[in-house]
Amino acid sequence: MNRTFKFLIPLVLFFIAVGFLFKGLYLDPHEVPSPLVGKPAPMFQAPVLSDASKTFNSADMKGQVWLLNVWASWCGACREEHPVLMAMAKSDQIATYGLDYKDIDQEAQAVLDANGNPYKTIATDANGKIGIDYGVYGVPETYVIDKAGVIRYKQIGPITEEVLINKIVPLLKELQR
Amino acid sequence: MKKLLIIFLLISNFAFAGEAKPLGDDPALELRLKTLSQDLRCLVCQNTTLADSSAPLAEDLRQEIRKLMREGKSDQEVIDYLVARYGDFVLYKPPVNESTALLWFGPFLLLIIGGFVLFRVLKKHAGNEDIQAEDV
Repeated sequence: MNRTFKFLIPLVLFFIAVGFLFKGLYLDPHEVPSPLVGKPAPMFQAPVLSDASKTFNSADMKGQVWLLNVWASWCGACREEHPVLMAMAKSDQIATYGLDYKDIDQEAQAVLDANGNPYKTIATDANGKIGIDYGVYGVPETYVIDKAGVIRYKQIGPITEEVLINKIVPLLKELQR
Repeated sequence: MKKLLIIFLLISNFAFAGEAKPLGDDPALELRLKTLSQDLRCLVCQNTTLADSSAPLAEDLRQEIRKLMREGKSDQEVIDYLVARYGDFVLYKPPVNESTALLWFGPFLLLIIGGFVLFRVLKKHAGNEDIQAEDV
């Protein structure tokens, strides 16, 4: 009676397996979901780039939606991302703050002088300790932090225009409401 | 001359010993670090343990673990510290929870399904021996 169906079972299983494998082609094994999304952003205080007399205190960010972009002058992918950050800075939709990760101040400043500075303020993390608290394992990484100081999104790798339009901008609209 | 040579050798030896000191000050702590970090994954080169990886982040994390251990933190507390920041992915042995349930129990599920199918097929064949013979 179900003879006709039976020979289809392996075919169906085959297509299910193909479906999983096909999806797998588009997954990046380097994108490890962060356990920090949905949790309060770790508090930190750090000297400001090229102005060590000032201190950046993440507690001062309470009450506003902000972006923490972890970057470094030695990071190639950060250069790729840089124009997108510049466009965001120009559009004035969001305050982007930088965390200069394991970098030398002069070199970081030189990159900004040459290519423009998209950041409101840049905190320095010379020994990478703040990076560890944020679970940074590759630069660039970007955190969207809401008014209550909770991390709402983490971008691993450069922010592309696609990511900006499809993920970050809609999220910002929701958070800034 | 000979004496001078011996002295020279001794001095250079000392200098060398001072330079190549790969371990930390505390061998017991280094052993603990090594044992623990062999079960932890380096996030930069993902198929390498934290013990073996030479990535700068792995070095930073080993340093951080050394610090935590010196502060008297237990192995579990060190693991919790890393999991809180990097997620379960740092563990080579994934914990049993809802997102890993399929990973842990999937094979048993497949075994049960396979056993059931085998049982059905064998039973059917045992009952239809005559037809089987005819088919052949």
